[in-house]
Amino acid sequence: MNQASDAPFRPYAPGSQPPLDAADYGSTQKRHPISALVRLPGGHTATELTAPRFSPARYPAFADLTAPGGGKALGERIIVAGRVLDEDGRAVPGVMIELWQANAAGRYDHTRDQHDAPCDPHFHGAGRVFSDEDGRYRFITIKPGAYPWRNHHNAWRPNHIHYSLFGSGFAQRLVTQMYFPGDPLLAFDPIFNATPDTAARARLVAGFDLDVTQPEWALGYRFDVVLRGRGATPFEEGRP
Amino acid sequence: MPAATASQTIGPYWHLLEDPSWADLTRLGAVGERIALIGNITDGDGVPVSDACVELWQASPPASADWDGFGRAATDVEGNFRFVTLKPGPVPGPPGANALQAPHGAITLFARGLMIHLQTRVYFEGEALNKQDPLLASLEPARQATLVARPEGERDGLPSWRLDIRLQGVGETVFLDI
Ligand SMILES: [Fe+3]
Repeated sequence: MNQASDAPFRPYAPGSQPPLDAADYGSTQKRHPISALVRLPGGHTATELTAPRFSPARYPAFADLTAPGGGKALGERIIVAGRVLDEDGRAVPGVMIELWQANAAGRYDHTRDQHDAPCDPHFHGAGRVFSDEDGRYRFITIKPGAYPWRNHHNAWRPNHIHYSLFGSGFAQRLVTQMYFPGDPLLAFDPIFNATPDTAARARLVAGFDLDVTQPEWALGYRFDVVLRGRGATPFEEGRP
Repeated sequence: MPAATASQTIGPYWHLLEDPSWADLTRLGAVGERIALIGNITDGDGVPVSDACVELWQASPPASADWDGFGRAATDVEGNFRFVTLKPGPVPGPPGANALQAPHGAITLFARGLMIHLQTRVYFEGEALNKQDPLLASLEPARQATLVARPEGERDGLPSWRLDIRLQGVGETVFLDI
């Protein structure tokens, strides 16, 4: 398998990504291109194979989202930990992960959010962490609340934390959302359900983890993120 | 091993991340031919996309201590974005190929209503290499034109280049399957 850093990234596995035209998510209707996406004639180039390298020296980590208000954020304090891996199961170190979320009442600290739920002066809801040598990351926050979003009658987003990740190639760029286990709203959410593959959807749901949980302090959740791998898939490699 | 994690929309509240200074790729002190890259984003009805997160990544000039090659800008209520950057030079082609690509930047769009980011490129009108760029050459002229920024003269003290982006319909921008 060619794992050199100039090896192209694999295509997305069928069904693993949501379509641009997701019928049940109304905002996609006028925002998805009609023409087929165009493949680069020669495959990935330096533009796709390389990516900005963000160092914590210049982009300081901010791993405790409850801290800006002196730790007085309202709601259920939680710890989220996990690993950033590639499709071959290898750790991806040095990944900048940006995080943002609603407060415990389901309201964003954002002027456009008009949901009639209280703002929390002690919680802004944005963070930034980096994966370590083993691909591990960890942050502390407040469990975000569900919120209504007008996509359809009685539409509520399940509890979620937004993630943005930069890998070693720009083709790995990923923006996603982490959901919580056992959330009854997942079954009704067009965004969560837009991804065709059931297993791919299930991997968007964090696991409750007693090892991440800190006694007398906070529940812990585990959420691993997988970035695209480079080179041929083992399946293709095995072909005659 | 599982496939890459599924993308989910960036939603309308990604501004919690926003640092407006990131729209200037030269903010760390990079020196070179500074330009402004401006544009307007509209949807299938011609309505401005006012909640987009636009990212610009350039493999040229190569990254250095004072140049990340990366920027991020929000669209305003009228769907306009503006980057300040260095005009890129030629970029090597795919590994193993000898041909150079014409100067370009990668543009990535995130927004409410985009379940996965849209990826496109910005080229610059008048570049000699445009004629032989593998991607541009593969497109018919009308589609090609959607990727080529045009000069708009000096604006706010910088030579400005415009690339408008149409998500859907007449004049739809060429988006890439990266
Ligand atoms: Fe959200």
